[in-house]
Amino acid sequence: MNNKKEVAVDAEQSTANQVLREILTGSPVRTLLSILVGFLVGAIFMVAFNPEVLNAMSYIFGRPADAFAAMGKTISDGYGALFRGAIYNTQASDFATAIRPITETLRFAAPMIMAGLGIGLGFRVGLFNIGAVGQMAFALIGVTYVSTRIELPFIIHSLVAIIVAVVFAGAWGGIVGYLKAKTGAHEVIVTIMLNYVALNLFTFFLRTPGLLLEEGGAGTPKSDPPAETAALPNLFTDEYRLHWGLVLAVAATFFYWWLMERSTIGYRFRMVGFNSSAAKASGIRVERTFVWAMAASAAFAGLAAANQGLTSVGGVTPSIHANIGFDAITVALLGGSRAGGIFLAGLLFGAFKAGGPAMQVVGVAPEILNVVQALIVMFIAAPPLIRALFRLPQPPKRKPISEWVAAKFSKPANKKVAK
Amino acid sequence: MKLELRGVTKRFGTLVANDRINLTVEPGEIHALLGENGAGKSTLMNVLYGLYQADEGQIVLDGVAQNFKGPGDAMAAGIGMVHQHFMLIPVFTVAENVVLGNEPTKKFGLLDLEAARKKVRELSDRFGFDVDPDAVIEDLPVGVQQRVEIIKSLIRDAKVLVLDEPTAVLTPQETDELMQIMRDLAKSGTSIIFITHKLREVQAVSDKITVIRQGKVVGEAKPTDSASELATMMVGREVDLKVDKAVAKLGDTMTLRVEDIHVEDDRKQLAVDGVSFNVQAGEVLAIAGVQGNGQTELAEALLGLRPVLKGRGAIALNDKYIDHLSVRKRLESGIGYVPEDRKKDGLVGEFTIAENLMLNGSYGKPFAKGISIDFANRDRIADELIKEFDVRTPSASTHAEKLSGGNQQKVVVARELSREVNLLIVSQPTRGVDVGSIEFIHERIIAERDQGKAVLLISTELDEVLALADRIAVMYRGKIVGIVGADATRETLGKMMAGVSA
Repeated sequence: MNNKKEVAVDAEQSTANQVLREILTGSPVRTLLSILVGFLVGAIFMVAFNPEVLNAMSYIFGRPADAFAAMGKTISDGYGALFRGAIYNTQASDFATAIRPITETLRFAAPMIMAGLGIGLGFRVGLFNIGAVGQMAFALIGVTYVSTRIELPFIIHSLVAIIVAVVFAGAWGGIVGYLKAKTGAHEVIVTIMLNYVALNLFTFFLRTPGLLLEEGGAGTPKSDPPAETAALPNLFTDEYRLHWGLVLAVAATFFYWWLMERSTIGYRFRMVGFNSSAAKASGIRVERTFVWAMAASAAFAGLAAANQGLTSVGGVTPSIHANIGFDAITVALLGGSRAGGIFLAGLLFGAFKAGGPAMQVVGVAPEILNVVQALIVMFIAAPPLIRALFRLPQPPKRKPISEWVAAKFSKPANKKVAK
Repeated sequence: MKLELRGVTKRFGTLVANDRINLTVEPGEIHALLGENGAGKSTLMNVLYGLYQADEGQIVLDGVAQNFKGPGDAMAAGIGMVHQHFMLIPVFTVAENVVLGNEPTKKFGLLDLEAARKKVRELSDRFGFDVDPDAVIEDLPVGVQQRVEIIKSLIRDAKVLVLDEPTAVLTPQETDELMQIMRDLAKSGTSIIFITHKLREVQAVSDKITVIRQGKVVGEAKPTDSASELATMMVGREVDLKVDKAVAKLGDTMTLRVEDIHVEDDRKQLAVDGVSFNVQAGEVLAIAGVQGNGQTELAEALLGLRPVLKGRGAIALNDKYIDHLSVRKRLESGIGYVPEDRKKDGLVGEFTIAENLMLNGSYGKPFAKGISIDFANRDRIADELIKEFDVRTPSASTHAEKLSGGNQQKVVVARELSREVNLLIVSQPTRGVDVGSIEFIHERIIAERDQGKAVLLISTELDEVLALADRIAVMYRGKIVGIVGADATRETLGKMMAGVSA
């Protein structure tokens, strides 16, 4: 009976895993409902803080129509602006300008998709990689060095920079996996701490003359702009800022799909994520898998870093990572850690980034979008909440069901005969 | 107290776990509830104990309908339950455990342990429990711990006592003692509901038998009915309780040699303490013993999941030492492994059957081409194995967790037997498996033996050991007490399982 303690620890771990699993195996319906509710609550915020609405509310009993009209106008103004800012500008004079917003959405989405794939990979192996920010920062040291200090021909220069980004980020993530495998250090703590190390290291490099500091610069940490041979070229005319990062993101998505769903490597990753004891008994070295999975997870973040570093205008600053590493966590959660889901989730969050300024123009605080973003993930991460809101059927308790299905199928072939 | 369940129905979603179950237990009666795993016995008892609420039907005690909101209500009404896994605090004494949750107090809320001790002593003397109220739980043998659980219920004035698979953790002798206790309790007026799937025990102790199959009561039986009649009722068709097997044809090779190995458990306690044995090609060597005597650690050490202490023993497969090999290398050098806990070590519940069948085969042919999974091949093999091993499933893409215990086990067995192995290690191959699947799995194990493979069977079920083994080694507290032939009597084995060498 002395093994109770271990049982308790096991139970604890499996609870965390259970939650992760429930989030990751969420149905598309639930995801869509979560997005819908997120927008609805966002609308309430818009209305609640709009001066016109507040003004109309003061005489709501006299002329209620005014208040409701003001509410309706606020909401349609706000989300209308989001649409115009992120998808299609209905007020533009010509088609070319009208579709500019969607290209901006794609531009913002690309790095979030790439980093999101990395986080998603971690989730599938049962690892919480909170360190994409740091992994990107470390990769950016390499990217910035290659793109500003080395001379290489066009295309090759970009490719080398991208490879360096992947290797740097992968190594930085690999450290986490190694520490977890060797010492049992929890990856959440280690990644968070390494974020500080990498971010400050990056700033130090940017600040130090002879390392990455721009020529003639002093004081402010900032590099030279990436060499023209290294910078990711624009996809279309210079009227649109959309660049080859999108192609990289699409390719990364396909690669991720192949890796996780079709290859034996991804199969073993998933096996470890679902049931590490069964993986062990099947001859898989779970610790080694953690190292490789963390490295692979970070490598995708490295792609996002390359995307940022090779498209910076005027030089790289410490804020170049643009919090993509954190947004990526929400992208991966929203996308259920699946290739397609992450791509779509990245597009949605890209739209939020692209549409924010347009909302500000019509007087809606763009912070609303962050709230919506957070709420969507909260609803997804709290399945019972969304089930209760929409009265979705409770998934039946696991054990009795499986026992029952069990009894059903172990029934001698009666059923087949009946058919 | 007379207990009646009237038309109790419990549904989970669209599935009916208990379908209009009627059950009457007279005062002082030992009533056996017989059924396979998944038949709905535990669900029914959880309804009785207030853990689940019935969708329809009534629980009636002495003619009064009850409405239990939770176990507290059930206990107050006089229903006691001894779970398969004991709910005891290992570091507390018997008396402390017994009063937990219902502590007698003196003035100022001080714990009145003396009162608790007295009560324990009273009950112990009255029923011959032989339990010292001041003993610490973790020092007691499992059989005595179980009695503490029973005392716990009795002290709360339980009139109906539910024993859920009480003999799973006991030696044959302890089982006999438990049965005596059950008879004494019944004589004093306590009703006992005895849940089990072991026919022999049912025949030995019960007054009345209710058989449950697929959530329904399929009939009542008398303890005088033959085992095969009871089994037929339980399974719903004729079952052959005997495994047909010819005399073992021993091969020339000594497939497995275990030389004086020492293995520690997770708490760094010596769990396997100098164990040596050989398994020859073409024979089944069974390791018998009560659960928790080092069998788990032994199996894990053989596969390499757990290290053999350095310099303290060696393992040789086909005359080559494998101690330094990784799990993967050992699997590849010809070990098939059916783990004792299939849900933990044998399957990935979220994977499909097809994915589970390649669990230890992802490094190459036939399941993979390079680092790509060969889906066509995989699915073809999966379909073949499902057919060959009679896995009852809608398709190969069904998730393993959706299968019954028996079918899950068939998936594991199918995977291990379809590989090229010369040593098969099977731990508790039929635990939580329905009778139909037990027959099948036993036949396959014997078929492997007859093909000249060495089989190491680790089982706590004496019936299984006797049915399959050619030689039997009994393990007790990490040591092998002795190795005897398959003709050893149940009594001899029972004594060995308690540590007395033959």
